[in-house]
Amino acid sequence: MKVLVPVKRVPDTAGEKKIDPNDRTVDRESVESVLCPVNEFAIEEAVRLKEQHGAEVTVLLVGPESAQPIVRKALSYGLDAGLQVTDDGIAGSDALGTARVIAKALEAEEFDLVLFGNQSTDARTCLVPAAVAELLDLPSLTYARHLEVDGDTVTVHREHEEGWDVVQSSLPAIVSVVEAINEPRYPSFKGIMAAKSKPLAVKSLADLGVSPEDVGSGAAAATMYEFADRPPKEAGTIVEDDGSGTAAAQLADWMAEKKFV
Amino acid sequence: MSLSFALSDEQEQFRKVVADFADTVVAPAATEFNAEGRFPTDIVRQMGEMGLFGIPFTAEYGGMDGDYLTLCLAIEEIGRVDQSLGITLEAGVGLGAAPLDEFGTEAQKQRWLPELCRGETLGAFGLTETDGGSDVYGATRTRARVDGDEWVIDGGKQFITNAGTEMTSIITVTAFTGEGEMTSIIVPAGTPGLTIAPPYRKVGWHASDTRELTFDGVRVPLDHTLGERGAGFRQFLKTLDDGRIAISALAVGLIQGCVDECTRYARERHAFGKPIGDNQAIAFKIADLEVAAQTARQMYRYACWRKMQGLPYKREASIAKLYSSEQAVTAAREATQIFGGMGFTTETRVGRFYQDAKILEIGEGTSEVQRMLISRDLGL
Repeated sequence: MKVLVPVKRVPDTAGEKKIDPNDRTVDRESVESVLCPVNEFAIEEAVRLKEQHGAEVTVLLVGPESAQPIVRKALSYGLDAGLQVTDDGIAGSDALGTARVIAKALEAEEFDLVLFGNQSTDARTCLVPAAVAELLDLPSLTYARHLEVDGDTVTVHREHEEGWDVVQSSLPAIVSVVEAINEPRYPSFKGIMAAKSKPLAVKSLADLGVSPEDVGSGAAAATMYEFADRPPKEAGTIVEDDGSGTAAAQLADWMAEKKFV
Repeated sequence: MSLSFALSDEQEQFRKVVADFADTVVAPAATEFNAEGRFPTDIVRQMGEMGLFGIPFTAEYGGMDGDYLTLCLAIEEIGRVDQSLGITLEAGVGLGAAPLDEFGTEAQKQRWLPELCRGETLGAFGLTETDGGSDVYGATRTRARVDGDEWVIDGGKQFITNAGTEMTSIITVTAFTGEGEMTSIIVPAGTPGLTIAPPYRKVGWHASDTRELTFDGVRVPLDHTLGERGAGFRQFLKTLDDGRIAISALAVGLIQGCVDECTRYARERHAFGKPIGDNQAIAFKIADLEVAAQTARQMYRYACWRKMQGLPYKREASIAKLYSSEQAVTAAREATQIFGGMGFTTETRVGRFYQDAKILEIGEGTSEVQRMLISRDLGL
């Protein structure tokens, strides 16, 4: 069984993120880059497939050369190999452009299952897994909060607002996982040391046969014209308990008005 | 450029992983398990799964093929949020597993070391006795005699870390086995005649397992002799030299924890209409804490470096241990002062550190013993 886990380099979730006014992308200098925390759940699921089914797991990253430590970080959880797609032409790609690169990279690999995080913590579009499935004409099982593989079949619990649906598909398939799926372990020191000697292939757009016109900022369907800082938080409503017993009613009214209840 | 204290990429990455674990898993639970005086077995096992207990040992015995500095980084990061777990790691590796790794026979290593390295079990080292810990030669009353193919051990040990946890597998004890002859003997937990007293009521390190042990005709096979008969004195001296560097790392963790907590608190806490950190009386205290953290860290890293280079490091280990532990006591006192009344509760990390700091000046060689070693090394 072969599993691919696409991962992303994102600005530290806890850090203060800034937009570079020159190219209107995330200012990578202003904040530390980390492995997208949502990817850790996909990696944990892949490690469990390794333990249960002896799966061979490859991590895939689309990003600049400087993102290589993120591939090594993903490998430190015990994955087998890395594949990095690096090309100046990819810079500024939107979700669809990124999906095109990932789809082409996957086409060149043998796999039974692709495990995405359902979203990245910087863009949060949730578009890429389904777009990749569409481009490859493969079953798309998104928002998985539970995953089982039995022979050629994958079963997931697909999370939605009212609970979850049990969805089944044949392999190969594209799955995206949500954070409820597991509790990721910490990489061991042995894993960190082993990660530096795991095979890591680097490919360009030309290697994958991707036309530069289809990706990058030029091909992006969405263009950012302006951006602004998030406005400061406004002071909330304070309900004071004056002892008359009306405070609870005021709170209930407020929650009803905001449609919380 | 021959002067470098830079960490390798892997060490830095590992340090961050341990720091994340400390902040995410250990810190939120520390108030409770310390208040309950409970050894947090579940968290210790998780530390084992991360490989922390096997860092400096070879993969042949289930270790991580890491070095001593990497172990110290882990002790510092765990100690930054909780000293009880810091000492559990330090003692588990330095006193439990390291003597076995360094002096044990092949059979002993095969039998006990892999599970110690994986953090599935814990080892303890029984040296200190009722009559003292510094004067080991004069204070040791524990005796072992040969009866057939067995040792028969009688005596008692005091303040033995990790000796009574549900994970404890072996306790290595030093005993006189003849006139002026000291031998280390491995006693598996649960051996008849070995009595483990309830945990001490300590001033700090509330979640660390510390026990008094009694040996009443305890019988173990002669092949449980650690290394050679009569090597006990030399073995524990070597064990303690290494331990001093690790205790220094633990003390640095405490000081860094004080820096982090006080910096945060001095920004959040307002008095007289402004954050208390706007007052130089507070800001300068925190600047001093940072100076202590950085200088003490350089001390232990230098001692580590000498050890890893194969240079003599006994004096440097003593200097690091002495300096960082005394700075830790000062740091905890000042941090508690910055927190005011809140600092005198064990709900706060600095309040717990106030309790935990003192033992650093006592355990694994008192400050007086360190001064004695340093002055002797100078030829005095």
